[in-house]
Amino acid sequence: MSTPRMPELNAATLERREEIVADMRIIVPGEGVVESEAEMRAFESDGLTAYRQLPMVVVLPETVAQVSRILKYCHERNIRVVPRGSGTSLSGGALPLGDAVLLVMSRFNRILEIDFANRAVVAQPGVTNLGITRAVEHEGFYYAPDPSSQIACSIGGNVAENSGGVHCLKYGLTANNILGVEMVLMTGEVIRLGGKHLDAEGYDLLGLMTGSEGLLGVVTEVTVRILRKPETARAMLIGFPSSEQAGQCVAEIIAAGIVPAGMEMMDRPAIHAAEDFVHAGYPLDVEALLIVELDGPQAEVDHLIERVGEIARRNGATTSRVSNSEEERAAFWAGRKAAFPAVGRISPDYYCMDGTIPRKELPRVLAGMRTLSEKYGLRVANVFHAGDGNLHPLILYDANKPGELEKAEAFGADILRLCVRVGGVLTGEHGVGVEKRDLMPEMFTEEDLNQQMRVKCAFDPNHLLNPGKMFPQLHRCAELGRMHIHRGQMPFPDLERF
Amino acid sequence: MTTFIPGTSAEVHEIVRWAAAEETPLEVIGHGTKQGIGRPVQAEHTLDLSRLAGVTLYEPEELVLAARAGTPLAEVEALLARHGQRLAFEPMDYGPLLGGKAGRGTLGGVLGANLSGPRRIAAGAARDHILGIDAVSGRGEAFKSGGRVVKNVTGYDLSKGLAGSWGTLAVVTDLVFKVLPAAETERTLAIAGLDDAQAAAAMAEAMGSDGEVSGAAHLPEGVIGRFLDGGFSGGPRTVLRVEGFGPSVAYRVERLGRRMKAHGAVEVLEEAQSRRLWREIRDCRPFADGTDAPVWRVSMAPMAGHRMLDAFRRAAGANAYYDWQGGLLWLRMEAEPKAETLRTLIARCGGGHATLVRATPALRAAVSVFQPQPPALVALSARLKAQFDPRNILNPGRMAVA
Repeated sequence: MSTPRMPELNAATLERREEIVADMRIIVPGEGVVESEAEMRAFESDGLTAYRQLPMVVVLPETVAQVSRILKYCHERNIRVVPRGSGTSLSGGALPLGDAVLLVMSRFNRILEIDFANRAVVAQPGVTNLGITRAVEHEGFYYAPDPSSQIACSIGGNVAENSGGVHCLKYGLTANNILGVEMVLMTGEVIRLGGKHLDAEGYDLLGLMTGSEGLLGVVTEVTVRILRKPETARAMLIGFPSSEQAGQCVAEIIAAGIVPAGMEMMDRPAIHAAEDFVHAGYPLDVEALLIVELDGPQAEVDHLIERVGEIARRNGATTSRVSNSEEERAAFWAGRKAAFPAVGRISPDYYCMDGTIPRKELPRVLAGMRTLSEKYGLRVANVFHAGDGNLHPLILYDANKPGELEKAEAFGADILRLCVRVGGVLTGEHGVGVEKRDLMPEMFTEEDLNQQMRVKCAFDPNHLLNPGKMFPQLHRCAELGRMHIHRGQMPFPDLERF
Repeated sequence: MTTFIPGTSAEVHEIVRWAAAEETPLEVIGHGTKQGIGRPVQAEHTLDLSRLAGVTLYEPEELVLAARAGTPLAEVEALLARHGQRLAFEPMDYGPLLGGKAGRGTLGGVLGANLSGPRRIAAGAARDHILGIDAVSGRGEAFKSGGRVVKNVTGYDLSKGLAGSWGTLAVVTDLVFKVLPAAETERTLAIAGLDDAQAAAAMAEAMGSDGEVSGAAHLPEGVIGRFLDGGFSGGPRTVLRVEGFGPSVAYRVERLGRRMKAHGAVEVLEEAQSRRLWREIRDCRPFADGTDAPVWRVSMAPMAGHRMLDAFRRAAGANAYYDWQGGLLWLRMEAEPKAETLRTLIARCGGGHATLVRATPALRAAVSVFQPQPPALVALSARLKAQFDPRNILNPGRMAVA
């Protein structure tokens, strides 16, 4: 992809590289410092592989004390730091900087405590999302947020990105499923937010920290809430002659007071790509396909399957199937879960977007995308978390054709602008990172962004932690702190009462 | 002493900008129902948001509601109820506990105090349901955060950052909340005769079951007569709420009831009684006694609550009951608040926090109402406050620790 503009390299830091590497080896002895170009290649990008950059040095600490010493060292010497978990970010959140220490948290891979009575697990940040569920499933528990990268993505990264998954509408995002963190500030100070108890004792710093994309602190421990696995889960596969009818069906399911565990929609190109790839038995003569999953007590699921079936019929569904076994449920999901690689088979390259829209705007947004598709001469396939309005348009392009990549990026940016215009947002779950950084002004005014940056100033006033991400331009904190005073008369004297 | 009662967010903006320029503090209130919580605020002027009211957007099929900050919570709840929906986090009503009327309070106050209720353990608090806000910082600058959709990670979540900030960071003028379908029906299982430790074990088992329990409280001997007009005869009750669609509730009550019999005799409260009971638990009704005797609200790990209380009772006289599977303790003190003893014991039993939600103004000026924090957190919070309100004009001192 086109190279993003990153903060100017700090020449003073680069001049001292050897000394810095040596000092890192003192703080993290053994195999924890990687500095050869060949070895650092493994870290040059994250899930957004089009962006690549070698870091100055890679450090893999093993203890909180080491993390603290590294950050303190860098803080005192004005050295930038980019934190990284498993490197699965889809927005370039862990993209290295050429003059920064890449702080890789993958060695923090232990589960520290499982507490079933308090329904909590305390884990180090490098434990994978799925690793938490694996550790508690023998007792019938699980961790609810399930981003599609859950087999690889780390829980620390989930906190940084406020990761979601297909079950968000019913079970919430990471922010709603974590109880506390231990984290290290850029100064090296170690703080704890929350614990096994609920709610903050002061400001909701945990709420600010979740989804902060590694710009505020480095998480060294996470306490998550675990839930009892529902007694049963069944899925329905419902086809419609138009996306409008499918959208109306979704709205009526919600209006009937039903909150499905998952509700996914695919458009015709996505259905065909998925069916050709995994042969899930999807109907090919429909314009929109809904997967509705209901979970909970047996009696409830049976009851709701019938009600959803009625709503679907009323809205003109032409096909409707209900899973009668775990195998069948898995088969219904197989096509959806393989949608991205399936699209990868029908196009040399694809670019995945992540806007969220108010659900009722779906027909308008799909129509807008068709127009844009013609304008740019590129195809687009859509998968949609219909329950919560999170849209994943996949733009098909061929990077080998000159100019097509830039067209795909421009197309993507136009889709996101469209999402914002109908009342939606730039990113539902993939994060801003480097990728959508320059689109932030589409959604926020300068004052909105300034207030967000002031939060950054409270945590990291010298902008050393993950700079170049999230904000189109980081203003100096001294500048942001300045107040413009407009003295005048007391306003609205007519409101005076005393 | 002036009370500003703006009717638009533009007026709020102008007032705060003026106050920032003059460095003159404002006490920010909605209906003032929670003014008795926190250190007494010393402010020259009052910014009363009660006229900045009205629901501005409600789309039941989108599960979203937007309103101005001064909108009465009661109005919002009534509107939602007409559409079979609710605020799932079950915001409590502090009115009766603090000597005021029931049914007052504004939506802005719901976020400012990060209210929740018994369903906190299953559905979260206000912080978990806020989708977006418009606000004016103590710098006198208007800003927005979030949006109107559930799934949104665009930028820092300043909406959550303002939850529980008690009006000390910014004046929120508009809020967008996620709303959810109301349960079709509910019932409550009441297990008789458990002591606090046995109740904690029973509640942990229930919450760890697939019965989808949405409320788990323990009402010891000392308070049981104050619920449902004394309708429970003799001895403590451990109560478990089951909500949802009719067939589902019937199925789960039957299964959970069978399981809970191992702990003690089980009776089932039907819908009307159940609703009433959980409202009383939510609003701390046993201690809404018209006095200003100190009341603590303590949040801990569920299994730690009863151990802490057992130790605390050796040092001080307190009446108490538990919500949130045992993790939320409401304590009414017989005499002084014994803040230090209480907070030491909380720390010793795994941590958590205690808020002195009811006390005389003199006590609130002398005792830390909010939990004191370690120095690094105090410094970080002070830096955050300075970034929103550098001249300390919004509710100055309210969250300060003594």
